[in-house]
Parts: sequence; structure tokens; C-alpha cells
Amino acid sequence: MSENQSQPTGEFEREPVPQKSLLGFKSFIGMYAGEHCAGTELMIGPLFVAAGVSAFDVVVGLILGNALAVLSWMLLTAPIAVRARLTLYYQLEKICGRNLVTLYNLANGVMFCFLAGSMITVSATALGVWFNFPMPGLNDVYPNSIGWVLAVLAVGAAISVVAAYGYEMVSRIANIAAPWMVLVFLAFGIVGLREFITATDSQIHSLGDLWHLAQTSIWKGGEPLAGQVKFTFWHVTFFAWFCNMAMHIGMSDLSVFRFARHSWYGIATAAGMYVGHFMAWLSASVLYALQLHNDPANTDVLPGPLAYKACGIAGLICVIIAGWTTANPTIYRAGLAFQAIVPNKSRFAVTLFTGALATIAGMFPAIAMQLLGFVALYGLLLMPMGAVVFADFWLLKHFGLQPYYAEHSKLSFNWAAGLTWFITLGICLVLVKSGIEINGFQPFQIWFVALPGWFIATALYIGLSKAYQQSKT
Amino acid sequence: MRILLQLVSAIALIATILPSIMFLTGSLDLTQTKLAMLIASVVWFIATPLWMGQPPEQLEHEEIVL
Repeated sequence: MSENQSQPTGEFEREPVPQKSLLGFKSFIGMYAGEHCAGTELMIGPLFVAAGVSAFDVVVGLILGNALAVLSWMLLTAPIAVRARLTLYYQLEKICGRNLVTLYNLANGVMFCFLAGSMITVSATALGVWFNFPMPGLNDVYPNSIGWVLAVLAVGAAISVVAAYGYEMVSRIANIAAPWMVLVFLAFGIVGLREFITATDSQIHSLGDLWHLAQTSIWKGGEPLAGQVKFTFWHVTFFAWFCNMAMHIGMSDLSVFRFARHSWYGIATAAGMYVGHFMAWLSASVLYALQLHNDPANTDVLPGPLAYKACGIAGLICVIIAGWTTANPTIYRAGLAFQAIVPNKSRFAVTLFTGALATIAGMFPAIAMQLLGFVALYGLLLMPMGAVVFADFWLLKHFGLQPYYAEHSKLSFNWAAGLTWFITLGICLVLVKSGIEINGFQPFQIWFVALPGWFIATALYIGLSKAYQQSKT
Repeated sequence: MRILLQLVSAIALIATILPSIMFLTGSLDLTQTKLAMLIASVVWFIATPLWMGQPPEQLEHEEIVL
């Protein structure tokens, strides 16, 4: 999980990117590799273990799911980005009209706030190691100590103030820290592995021995911990595929790839996926599995203590920087999204307000502890608008319909797009709530429902556009 | 100067990951591993901002001044 720290925003916001401003392939490799080693990776890895994943399910599921995510960027997002060369917001405005985009901004801003809140939560767990106050447990919903509230408040206030002043400095620190953070994440896994070998008295002489240790001690499978949903191979695969759904299928990264020379540059996202969403998740999960192995009663998912036990102060610094450098741009972007709704307020004030919301959200550990479900919800919420962009760009003309209809007809709210969004979300939520089970498997859980949801949204947008555009003419 | 700083950063990066590998092979204990990682991290964060993100021209100018 991540937010873009170094994407070239602020330029060509209402015009196509010109040829002379296009970026090379290496720019995208560096951008994605750095961005996806975020504070939340330290929550997601352990939560996989809490969800009872087995070694095969987590390793092969992540390989497959991340490949599907890369293909989504390469085949869905980038081809539109390099043809239109517009930001998502401007393209949406042309399709949906200004008022619907404002609503989209509101939804996006709120989700950004919660996401930033979970990043603040991660950083605050590092302060708990230094100040030794009671920290929340895996199933805690509310803040459980004054110390915790004060720690989140301190971290949240610092992040918000810096974000309000503009995040150029934090962006620079993030870029400097990125290569170092990747190696510290790797060190978490290596140290955790050594500790596992010692704790289980295993002898590792081959890859087979290592795989045996992984299957029998690290990712043992079986029942999830109390309060957690059991994760199978398909859960892991779909989670890895859809955890950045807002960016690829949801088309948020149109704003990034509009600077790409070719659509195949989308493959650069593999650098982020296999560093952050494979190595970092597995490393963090090894640390949590070790904690459970040593003390099965200690189910707390606290990145600070986990990192400190493995790598000492360097690990703690990594947790703080990973949470801080990703929460900062998230708050900044949420502020920008909200400012579009209240343009007469200063960006400084709106960003501070946004930071306050994120800080309050961060005090409630339920968001971070239920991050697997929250991330799926985040992607699902924004996915229908990605399907609208896809259908508008590729399909409408084939049906004799007018693309960019809001711009063409000077509409402020394209009801075909708006209804597509609302109805798709309604259908998806009904499917999730239905709890339909086929041979013991629930195909419409929150982690899976976005797949049928995308086809529903695409078909709905074409059908509703036909009816809407005909009614207008 | 820039190349020298980049070399220091590269060594710091190697020194960040190497202790954990040595811990894995049993060449270091955990306390030594943590200390070595901390030192490498400090070196990385001192050396790297001096060249990363700095325009090469500015560094060349500084070299002339120095």
C-alpha cells in the first residue's frame, strides 16, 4: 500500500502532457520501487499470519496476485494514460461533470484520511517502545490508554503540520530513505528467519529444508486467530491484486502514466509489487509468526515492537519513517481533494483539518487492525469510476455513443456515470452481505466482489449512457 | 566529492543488510547485528542527502570553492 510521493503532479493539470515532458522507463521503476515499501506493509504481513495463511497460499498467492496487479497497470491504466495524457481528475471531469467529480473527491479524500490514519497508527507503535505505554491489541476497536492517544496525537500533529506547509522536504527524505528502507525490510525477514531456525532447532541445508520450515513453523495455515477471517490462496491472490485497485483498475495512476513514453512502462510497477508487496509483506509476516511461536498468547500486531526486537533502533527508525513518509503525502492529497470541494478555504487550513481527521482515525486501532478489509473496501469504492473511464475511452464509440459526454453537453453531473457508481456499489454491497456460499467458499466476500463489480459497472455505464444520451437528444 | 559520497552511501547500504546475513550464518549475535545496522543507518542518512537530489552543478561549484 502506498501513496505516490514523487509523481509529477502540479503540471499539465488541464492539458495533455507534451512530448518534451515525457519521462523514461527508469523514472517509473524508481518511483514505484520506493513507494510500495510503506508503513502499512508492516501491518499487512502480520495480518496474513493472523488470518491463518499457509506457506503455499501466501508465497504463490502473492506471486500470482502481484502479477495480476502489474498486468492491470500495463493493460488497463497505461494504454489510456499514454493516449489521453490527462490526469484522472480532468478526464473524469470531461466524462462526469464537475459536480460528480466533487463527490468523487469527497469519497477519495475520506478514504485517504482513514488510510493516513492507519499509517499514523503504525508510526505511533514505535513511540510505544520508547515510552512503554499500553498499546492496542489485535481486536481492539477503541484507544486503550492515554499514552496511546497522546502518541497518536503527537505523530499526527507533526505529520499534519508538515503536510500543511507542503511535503517537498518529506518527499526528499522519503526518496533518500527508500533504498535503505527496502534493505531494512529485508533484514527483518532474514533476522526473523534465523530466530525461527534457532527457536525450532531446525537444520537448513537446502531449499527443501527451508520450505519445510516455512510450512510447518512460519505459515502453518489452519484456523485464523479470533476475530480474523480465514485467508486462502484466493484471498491472498485477490488481496495482492486489488489492494492498489484504486490506482490501476480505478485509474488513479492515469496521472502518473500520462508521462510515460509507452504503455509497456506499466511493467515498472513490478518493482513496487515484488519489493513492497512480496518481500516486505513476507518479511513482516515472519516477525509476527515468530512472536506467535514464542508466545501464542501475544497476538498484538504492533510494528514498532516487532521491528525493534528484530533490528533494534534501526528497525524503529524504519517504522517511523515508513509510516511518516507515506502518511504525509496521503494527508496532503486528501487535503487537495477536500479543497476542490471548498475552494475558498486555504490549502493550509484544509490540510490541517484533514490531518486532524486522520489523527482521530489513527487513534482507533480498528482501522489498522482490520486493514485487510479496509483496503479492499477502499479499492471497491473507487473501482466503478475506473470502469467508467475504461468504457468511455474504449467502448462508447463502438456503441454509437458520445465519449466525454459531460464536456460535450456541458453537464455538471452525468447521471449515467453517477448511477453507474451508486448502483454498482449497491449491488456489490448486497452481494457481500448476502454471504452466498458455494461448496463452502464465499465468492462474494469483500476481497473478491470487485471483479464481478467491474463488469457490472462497465455494462451499466454503456446501458445507462445509451438511455441518458438518447433522452437528452 | 560526489563519487566519494556515493561510495560511502553504497558501503552504508551494504553494511545495512550484511549484519543480518552474518546473523543468519551465525557469524554475529543479535546485539552486534543491531549495533552494526544502526551505525550503517546513521552513515547512510549523513552521506546520502549530501548528493542525492542535489544538482551536479551545485556540487561541482562547491568543489571549486573548496
